[in-house]
Amino acid sequence: MLVLAAQQAGELATGLKTVGAGIVYGGAAIGPGIGIGLVVASAIEAMARQPEASGPVRTTMFLGIAFTEALALFGFVLAFLLKG
Amino acid sequence: MILGLDFPPVSQLTTWKVLFGGTGLFGWTRVTVQIVLSVAIILTFFFIAGRRKALVPSGTQNIAESAVDFIQDGIILQSMGEEGLNWTPFMLTLFSFILVLNLWEVLPAFQMPVTAHIAIPAELAILVWVLFNAVGIKSQGFLTYFKNMAFPPGVPWPLYILVTPIEVVSTLFVRPLSLAVRLFANMLAGHLLLASFAVLSAAMFTANAIYLRPFGILPFGLLIALTGFEVLVAFLQAFIFTILAAVYIGLAMHPEH
Repeated sequence: MLVLAAQQAGELATGLKTVGAGIVYGGAAIGPGIGIGLVVASAIEAMARQPEASGPVRTTMFLGIAFTEALALFGFVLAFLLKG
Repeated sequence: MILGLDFPPVSQLTTWKVLFGGTGLFGWTRVTVQIVLSVAIILTFFFIAGRRKALVPSGTQNIAESAVDFIQDGIILQSMGEEGLNWTPFMLTLFSFILVLNLWEVLPAFQMPVTAHIAIPAELAILVWVLFNAVGIKSQGFLTYFKNMAFPPGVPWPLYILVTPIEVVSTLFVRPLSLAVRLFANMLAGHLLLASFAVLSAAMFTANAIYLRPFGILPFGLLIALTGFEVLVAFLQAFIFTILAAVYIGLAMHPEH
């Protein structure tokens, strides 16, 4: 079906590449979305249980967000590389 | 098409016209000028801050001293411990260099983050990679360092078949690669977002269909909000790069058991 859609647009190669780019980023954004949600949820609970530890908890939260977001951004960059 | 939006190809955002110096390796584009300006700005700032050496700081010296305190308390003491305080100049240089290079994104006349070219993040990541391997070899001996990296102590020996390839690949290859790509992709994604919303606002403000023109205020408002967000991302990415460099060097100095 994908091949049919790409063929109707005219050029098979560029059509397939664009569809592929969309699938790459779509698939790459699921995991980090859930992951960042988990990290921030734990950080909020930690800050609520012990407000005086908010500083280090906030720093660790930013570190965790940067790690997981890197994976989503790998997918974003790959999608643009594929699209040409 | 209603809007007749003509989005320019992505290569227009990443390839720059050569100003002088020929098209070979030594050509100067506007991005090269931005790098040289960043170095000049940082050097000037710290020279002015350190000139008077007052005991009670004020003005520029105050800002510079609070930056040094931020690096020492927030980054070095948390990852390298007390003996890492000798690394303060390197960490401060790394942090301020990446921060100034990222901040060119929001400056109106330039608006191109230098780190959106893979060259600078790749070079900095290779530098950090060479450094943490060199610190590990120097403090633990050549063979012991690689033995501790490939065969982490405290793991029952049958698991080495699984753990060793993962550890070697993750320490030697994934660390510098992820450092470089994290910085590059964050800055490139921000640049693309701002460019997309700017093109959309411009197209809506000059649309042929008159009833669409007042709605151009919506992407324009989001453009303003995203520019503010980009400042936060610039600061955050510089902080993340520096703290990861500190963590890797700290791990090489005293490996965890």
